[in-house]
Amino acid sequence: MSDIELLSVIERYLNDEMSADERTRFEMLRHDNPAVDARVKEHQDFTDRLKQYGERVEFEGLLNAIHNEIDVQALKDEFVHHPSMIVRIWRNHHSKISLAASIAIFAVLSTLFFTGYLKTQANQSEVIALSSKLARVENSANKLKQQTDKLIKIVGGAGKIDPSKYTPSGTGFAISSDGYIVTAMHVTNDADSLTVQNANGDAYHVKQVYADPNTDIAVLKIVDPSFKTLGALPYGFKKRADVGENVFTIGYPLDDMVYDRGYLSSTAGSNGDTVRYRVAIKASNGNSGSPLLDENGNVIGIINSKQGQAADAPAYAIKSKYLYKALIAMAAESSTKKISLNSKNVLSNMSSDQQVARMQKYIFNVKVSNR
Amino acid sequence: MNKHISISAPTDNEAILGILNNSESMLKRIYIAYFPMVLQLVVTNNGNEDEAKDVYQEGIIVLYNKVKAGDFELSSKLKTYIYSVCRRLWLKRLNQMSRYGGDIHDIQEYLPVEEDLVSHEEKDIQFDKMEGALSQLGEPCKTIIEDFYIKDRSMQEICEKFGYTNADNAKTQKYKCLQRLKKLFFQQK
Repeated sequence: MSDIELLSVIERYLNDEMSADERTRFEMLRHDNPAVDARVKEHQDFTDRLKQYGERVEFEGLLNAIHNEIDVQALKDEFVHHPSMIVRIWRNHHSKISLAASIAIFAVLSTLFFTGYLKTQANQSEVIALSSKLARVENSANKLKQQTDKLIKIVGGAGKIDPSKYTPSGTGFAISSDGYIVTAMHVTNDADSLTVQNANGDAYHVKQVYADPNTDIAVLKIVDPSFKTLGALPYGFKKRADVGENVFTIGYPLDDMVYDRGYLSSTAGSNGDTVRYRVAIKASNGNSGSPLLDENGNVIGIINSKQGQAADAPAYAIKSKYLYKALIAMAAESSTKKISLNSKNVLSNMSSDQQVARMQKYIFNVKVSNR
Repeated sequence: MNKHISISAPTDNEAILGILNNSESMLKRIYIAYFPMVLQLVVTNNGNEDEAKDVYQEGIIVLYNKVKAGDFELSSKLKTYIYSVCRRLWLKRLNQMSRYGGDIHDIQEYLPVEEDLVSHEEKDIQFDKMEGALSQLGEPCKTIIEDFYIKDRSMQEICEKFGYTNADNAKTQKYKCLQRLKKLFFQQK
């Protein structure tokens, strides 16, 4: 008897389609032949599974039909809008907030580690964060003076940015026309409040909406009521870059915008770091968070550190690939729409001065305040 | 504001009888009565409404299997049971997606339900395997198998549907399909 014939017999047996006589004979065969018996059981078991599968599919269909009649949004609004916003934020994000607090502690410790501890080991190359620490110290001294001045001055209207409260800390640049700005996390991480200002003098309040201590990427969003739109970005974003490419950057190492150029010297950062490019370019404190662009005006990285303090020391830039990753993670974390980075740019056939002129509105001096 | 919950929640006794009798109207009442609770649980703990739907439907399936197996003790309230199962399922998903921040904001008391979920998971794996095997099976095999073994259609109907003139051919085809399906099913991990 072939396999298929046996199956057919088993099925007739299980479906009660046999005559009494045939049935008796088959049961004897089953009794005498354990192999046949096993096949009967196996067939029954498998067809039962198929049935259960079918029932579950049908049941799920039923559940979906019921679900489609429910007005989920209305239900959601009912309990989402009731608690005050602060309670809601706390409820939704208290775990993230605690995480953010631990990240802040971690960041402080790691800054201490990089700046202090490594210096004591004379031969080790030192990688230091480029945030304008010096400027901050100076500024805290200035603050006293400014605060006394303020007592005399008439204080400006509410909501206006008081420049005396904020210290330049680094650079940031727009990644979308609706006010998302990217910078280096160490530029912002111990700030109580943040503002940005571009070369045209436009200043806005921003808040940090995403930060990744592993890559040092932070995303800020303009929250100023006066802000409308930045208009289409002149530069694009590119994931790949090759060693030897000419690159340039625009940043705020000082109070004023500074342009500098150099070349990509390695696709690996220091000590086999794959997150960063090594770049031969002049970068100083305050360049952290500056965009690194290729000649055609595509952003290929974000400057975040340099090798030692010497003026001609190489700098490191976080690869733009990690910015793409950060935006995906940010969208998942906040369940908002992902920001998609522009791949086209209008700068490719321009001279350097024209490129800078087109870009300067989108590059910001990131200023922090620690009250 | 509450017009969408015009059907009142069934009592637990009613609900269990309804489940045992395969009552669709009772399924609907149960579904509508407890969905808001699970929606709130998921949405206030890092989830969205689609995830709430998935978790809730899985929870309802767990409940049905338990009641039908005769295991549901009326000592625990239906509401508490559904909440506990969905809570457990949601925690598991949060963990899988690495979105679990370490604590969960509860809106209800809950019971330990781990045992029920172990047997549910086993069933779920079987279900996924069957789904996978059927999807790899291809047509017309898939439809023949579904029509005959799941929808209980007669071989005659199937012959007509597929235009087989010879009923024996159709039968042979069906058995061959079934053998392939078994092979695909048991091949899967």
